[in-house]
Amino acid sequence: MSILVDKNTKIICQGITGKSGLFHSQQCRAYAKEHRPGEDVFVGGCTPGKGGTEIDGFPVFNTVEQAIQKTGANCSLIFVPPPFAADAILEANDAGIGLIVCITEGIPVLDMARVHRAMQGSKNRLIGPNCPGIITPGVAKIGIMPGYIHKKGTVGLISKSGTLTYEAAWQMGNIGLGQSTAVGIGGDPIIGTMYIDLLKMFQDDPATESILMIGEIGGNAEIQAAQFIKEYVTKPVAAFIAGATAPPGKRMGHAGAIISGGAGTAAEKKAALEAVGVVVADSPADMGTAVKRAIDKRK
Amino acid sequence: MKIHEYQAKQLLAKCGVKVPRGIVAKTPDEAAAAFTELGGPLAVVKSQIHAGGRGKGRFKQHPDQPGVVLVKSADAAKDHAARMLDSTLVTIQTGAEGKAVSTLLIEEGLKIAKEMYLGVVVDRESGGPVLIASTEGGMEIEVVAHNNPEKILNEPYDVEAGLQPYQARNVAYRLGLEGPSIRAAEKLLKQLCQFFVDNDCSMVEINPLVVTADGDLIVGDAKVTFDDNAMFRHQDLLPLRDLAEEEPMEVQAQASGLSYVKLEGNLGCLVNGAGLAMSTMDIIKYHGGAPANFLDVGGGANVDQVTEAFRIILADPNVKGILVNIFGGIMKCDTIVTALLSAYDKIGITIPLVVRLEGTNVEIARKMLADSGKKITIGTDLTDAAKKAVASLGA
Repeated sequence: MSILVDKNTKIICQGITGKSGLFHSQQCRAYAKEHRPGEDVFVGGCTPGKGGTEIDGFPVFNTVEQAIQKTGANCSLIFVPPPFAADAILEANDAGIGLIVCITEGIPVLDMARVHRAMQGSKNRLIGPNCPGIITPGVAKIGIMPGYIHKKGTVGLISKSGTLTYEAAWQMGNIGLGQSTAVGIGGDPIIGTMYIDLLKMFQDDPATESILMIGEIGGNAEIQAAQFIKEYVTKPVAAFIAGATAPPGKRMGHAGAIISGGAGTAAEKKAALEAVGVVVADSPADMGTAVKRAIDKRK
Repeated sequence: MKIHEYQAKQLLAKCGVKVPRGIVAKTPDEAAAAFTELGGPLAVVKSQIHAGGRGKGRFKQHPDQPGVVLVKSADAAKDHAARMLDSTLVTIQTGAEGKAVSTLLIEEGLKIAKEMYLGVVVDRESGGPVLIASTEGGMEIEVVAHNNPEKILNEPYDVEAGLQPYQARNVAYRLGLEGPSIRAAEKLLKQLCQFFVDNDCSMVEINPLVVTADGDLIVGDAKVTFDDNAMFRHQDLLPLRDLAEEEPMEVQAQASGLSYVKLEGNLGCLVNGAGLAMSTMDIIKYHGGAPANFLDVGGGANVDQVTEAFRIILADPNVKGILVNIFGGIMKCDTIVTALLSAYDKIGITIPLVVRLEGTNVEIARKMLADSGKKITIGTDLTDAAKKAVASLGA
């Protein structure tokens, strides 16, 4: 088992005829082919105006609705440029695709506010934007992460950052730990899925035995996550918060700290997580070993 | 993108928001003329820099001269202007180096009964814009949030429908406004919230909001920041950018598609990915060093970008060593080393360089580095690299 992605996931790419869209669709298809030969996992893509054509063997459709009808897709990977990305998410949402993974970086924040509003009560789930995507090792890769660094295993990985996720997966691999599923939630102020939803899924997933949470400065999502862990999560949790040395005011919005009542620094987040029993790595070089310590603590 | 107070007030005035009558002056004579035109008996002379804390700030060249001053005559306006223009204003937000003042805003004096605070930002939690209000005007809102969180009102509003009249009234009554001020607040709050959405702002801050003796509401000071990601649809706002207010190296980095933030330390770092770049700063500090910068070369990391990244790092005279930390995923390590070696030759790096690589084709890449004959130290992992980089500065 795993979360969000399993053997029934069928993927299309919105923006498949763009350079990045095509390259990463090919990479995801190759990953599926290597791990599940003979199965159709990556089934096509959409680019308005290019429907009816094919690109490197992927059928291209004009709309997400058509793509779903013809391919049975239940997941969309979005590589649409920032000015049009919110529209792409809304299209996938309206078509009822199920899982939407938006990689695009640089979407205007108020566009995401409109997406957030439109997706209230929606049955679809958005991951991202500005994220590396999702991977269930050995089953499917839906994103831009290098597949081979993610080993099969029982750690649920949630992260705001791309390369830091790779670093963590790499460190885990070196000490014999792998992931049930790894999810990049994205570093933007407004994102589709936050820590809490994923913590719940990992807690409820029988294939996940422990969790690694990678956060960063700004906002208070990690503090809320700490509260949720206290109330709901019984599996061992480790964490790392990036940005202990970041100067205040430079990346944190001026008023962001007001809303969260002064929260948002790495130190505050670390303290909140440690207070509920999470093992927090002091150094980014110790993310893998922090997971191991969290597991051993329970033995 | 940040803009100046006078620009923010001009934009707000266009949307019907009440701002004090004001005139921009770039010379002492213009300041005097502005005072005369406003008609007295009082005027405020305000330095125009992006940083806050101007009233309490002082000039390097004239340690007794505040950044904002009340004047009672055209001559006084001229005298103050002469000391302020082309001088360097140091405030709590500028850092010790301060900011040069080249523009003044001369404004009519207001009959202030009360000062309040208004702000609009994006609230991560509710996933949309939120209006923030407080009776504690004229103070740093972070301080109020910390000491008296109950004095801060948050009113999230719908990005499409805008702030509703009842929401504006709720805020107005909770602020303790009365009489004609209620009507004025209803209008002003709606205008501000609409301005925020229409212009893709990331922050609008009115501090203080002046409640006049006759109950009118007037914008005392205005700070507006726009969402950089949305500037493509606000080309008309681009001329408001003041490059003199920005760190030159950050501007140059931005133009090259790099993300760079200058810090105070002496160990430069070049990293791919924002999270890893922040963590690299953290691990330098963890092992006793001080990072000179945040630099994310992005996922591509081609020769041009890596070369430019080195140039930007080395332009900082504090930098005494460099740590390169690259996790090569889709982008292979050997490709990155090719770019690195080429940049090394182009720039002629003479200070210690420690490189940590991990990921695809890392063995080939490390061999390329070792065989290059250049004075490059290889870090075997994150900890090793950080320790070696910090140690290299002491040697």
